[in-house]
Amino acid sequence: MSALIAGEPQPDRRNAWPGAGERLFLVGSALAALMALAPILGLVYFALRGSGALWPHLIANVLPAASLTTLLLLLGVGTIVTIIGVGTAWLVAMHRFPGRRLFEWALLLPLAVPSYVMAFAYLDVAHPVGPIQSGLRALFGITDPRGLPFPEIRSLGGAIFLLGVILYPYVYLPVRALFLMQSTTLLDAARTLGAGPGPAFLHIALPMARPAIAIGVSLALLETLNDIGASEFLGVRTLTVAIYTTWVTRSSIEGASQIALVMLAIVFALLLLERHARRHLNVAATPRGGRQPTERALRPLAALLAMLACFLPIMFGFVVPASYLVLSAWQRIGRDGLPGDLWLWVGNSLTVASIATVLTILLGLFLASAARMIRNPGIQPLIRLSGIGYAIPGTVLAVGLLVPLAGLDNLIANGVRSLTGNRIGLVLIGSGMALILAYSIRFLTIATGGIESGFARISPSVDMAARILGATPQRLTRDIHVPLLSPAIAAAAMLVFVDCMKELPATLLLRPLNFETLATHVYGEAARGTYEDGAIAALAIVLVGMIPVIILARTGTRGRAGAAWFKRRVPASP
Amino acid sequence: MLKPFRLIQGSAIAALIIGACIPAFADGEVNVYTTREPGLIQPLLETFSKETGIKANVIYIKEGLAQRVETEGANSPADLLSVVDYGNLVELVDRGLTQPVQSAVLDEGIPANLRDPKGEWFGLSMRARVIYASKDRITDEKLTYEDLADPRFKGKVCIRSGQHPYNTSLVAAMIAKDGEEATKAWLTGVRDNLARKAGGGDRDVARDILAGICDIGVGNSYYVGLMRSGKGGPDQVKWGEAIRVILPTFKDGAGTHVNISGAAVAKNAPNRENAVKLLEFLASPEAQEIYAKANFEYPVRPGVAADPIIAALGTLTVDPTPLAEIAKERVRASELAEAVAFDG
Repeated sequence: MSALIAGEPQPDRRNAWPGAGERLFLVGSALAALMALAPILGLVYFALRGSGALWPHLIANVLPAASLTTLLLLLGVGTIVTIIGVGTAWLVAMHRFPGRRLFEWALLLPLAVPSYVMAFAYLDVAHPVGPIQSGLRALFGITDPRGLPFPEIRSLGGAIFLLGVILYPYVYLPVRALFLMQSTTLLDAARTLGAGPGPAFLHIALPMARPAIAIGVSLALLETLNDIGASEFLGVRTLTVAIYTTWVTRSSIEGASQIALVMLAIVFALLLLERHARRHLNVAATPRGGRQPTERALRPLAALLAMLACFLPIMFGFVVPASYLVLSAWQRIGRDGLPGDLWLWVGNSLTVASIATVLTILLGLFLASAARMIRNPGIQPLIRLSGIGYAIPGTVLAVGLLVPLAGLDNLIANGVRSLTGNRIGLVLIGSGMALILAYSIRFLTIATGGIESGFARISPSVDMAARILGATPQRLTRDIHVPLLSPAIAAAAMLVFVDCMKELPATLLLRPLNFETLATHVYGEAARGTYEDGAIAALAIVLVGMIPVIILARTGTRGRAGAAWFKRRVPASP
Repeated sequence: MLKPFRLIQGSAIAALIIGACIPAFADGEVNVYTTREPGLIQPLLETFSKETGIKANVIYIKEGLAQRVETEGANSPADLLSVVDYGNLVELVDRGLTQPVQSAVLDEGIPANLRDPKGEWFGLSMRARVIYASKDRITDEKLTYEDLADPRFKGKVCIRSGQHPYNTSLVAAMIAKDGEEATKAWLTGVRDNLARKAGGGDRDVARDILAGICDIGVGNSYYVGLMRSGKGGPDQVKWGEAIRVILPTFKDGAGTHVNISGAAVAKNAPNRENAVKLLEFLASPEAQEIYAKANFEYPVRPGVAADPIIAALGTLTVDPTPLAEIAKERVRASELAEAVAFDG
């Protein structure tokens, strides 16, 4: 069987599993969707308590400009992440040049840098009195601090640049995986027929990568849309900043919830539309098509350009902010030593991020399996709903989640008190369970989407074979899917973990008393303007975030391993 | 599949056990919800615990403090709510999240105009909204807030977002004094004078003045202390030294605009007595001195001196417009800033 590419409708090939497991999958997916909807119900509760009094002012003075700014920001970031993400993925996946093995994983490093850290690092480094401009002026003999025409970071353009260079890995990761997994038969055929590397990329590789690009870009755009740290700091008035202003400056959680819900409805509609538009695009690699793609060795000049193209994003998205943090942290450690509680914060961050990652990945695997194994028409809408948490700004999600969560907590507390007379307090919020729940709701779609795209590359004939041989759904998952999905699961787990480590607004609002993580500490210091004190913890976030990137890199050479593994283990497949 | 599930189960149980081991209602404790940065409130709480033996548990919340206390409801562990900006204190009271406290110690330590008549909230420190001017390029000795809209400063003014509470509070004060139309004209004038987009923090104003991006700007008084004292590192000393601080008044000359930080006892406080003790401690001469030294704020307690760096800025005369009047105009101030597209 040859590779399945765009155009062939998937549903006919998908395995339905009549009877066995269908009810479990449906109920489980419904529960996941309900969990994801909980914070939205909280927002509805707040919204309904308010009047509509703020809308005339918003429509007249805020929304037109904020919508335009948001749109431009999304367009700009979308363009940058697509070009960098797809371009570097294509280079490292299909070409040989010096340093490629290093670039393969180093291109992921900007993931570890939170946007708020990025914003204050660049503001400092690129400021007229900062090192870059001072150095350049000294070089050119300019004495006037304003004499150097240097782009202003505190602008829409600055925000697009900064967010673009830290968010492109969301595109790079799935697109590279897709290039590696897809059969190269078509590419080789194109080349044999005389297509140069350019046309082969444009007409074969790019269309094949479209689902992965769509997933990656939509993740990056949702991150952009929901960013508050960098946008506010750089003075970019997006819709999310408008929500925030209504809530904080005007003390109106009611009005803020109303705006947030309207915005959510639009975003969700757009996401569904995007999904609908590529419903016929399915790329599945067949087991036997999974041989090594033919890599092109680059000639010296081209190799040099390729190295530069891979290095620049890493430099802007990682080397510059990380060096800044190392220097600031060094100065701070030299003055006062390490903060005594540093290891406590590291431990707290690691604990909640790890637990949340395991939970999120398990849920994601369950949902993606449901989508693959049962043909019930209700399953797709439930899965899409369960991912809605990613479409809400973290700070809004957190405050919405407070309503059902604290309600449940009070129910438990009052129940226990009436039964035993003990005052146990609020156990969900008090134990940190609230945090883990918030992370899972927020990042579930990363897990589901990543695993789904992994599934798309496993031919349905594998499932059919397993069924014919009498495997149960559990056995199919455990013995066939999970091993084959391991690269996709590892990649999704890394994204979720790093996101949990960086997550700030929900952590601030939902954590228990005395519970400090790296991110909350950094924010506390940055809010006070003592960035240097926060630099050590910020560096720790980046370092801890690098760990999964490096682990993934070590297994990353197994990118093509899914198919290789299959050949080894299932020699008798059709 | 089974093993990860066990891990989750185990973690959940562990988390519950850990949670149960943090007794929110134990004797000898007090739980503080604060929007003040931990670096500011920690020294105060540590001193309090040392002196009284009462353990202070704390959580720093940026936004949503009111929502958290409200949704936690009757079982909320919160005892003391500590916030910055008078408007936030009023919001807590308006949402019914506070309870009145009668204490002779507090009445004696805090001037009447800086606390609620019914004891729903208490001001604990003050900060003035002052003008940062370039030492080299601005020669004026005295300026009013209104001067910031003077066309002679065209392209020379730096300020943080018009939506930041420090600015909305200043604008609200002007609305309370001069009315909406005059304030709108002023705000438009300041906007037209901006050297760069409104944004960043107050310290960025000083840095931008050092860099020559602007000549004049607005910032809070305590940042001057934080910068000049070297607490923010050697670079910030340079920023602080690049500016001259002018304590401005409104054009009526009555005084400088001041905002407060303060605290209130939560309505459902499980440790009410300890919360009151903590409040009384925060108003004591000792704690007021920490406010002055650690964060360069003006103490509210008469007789406690400001830090020498702050005292050197000149004698502070507080604008007499009542805080309650200013708070009423807060929402209008925020809307005005949007109406004139202050933040671009």
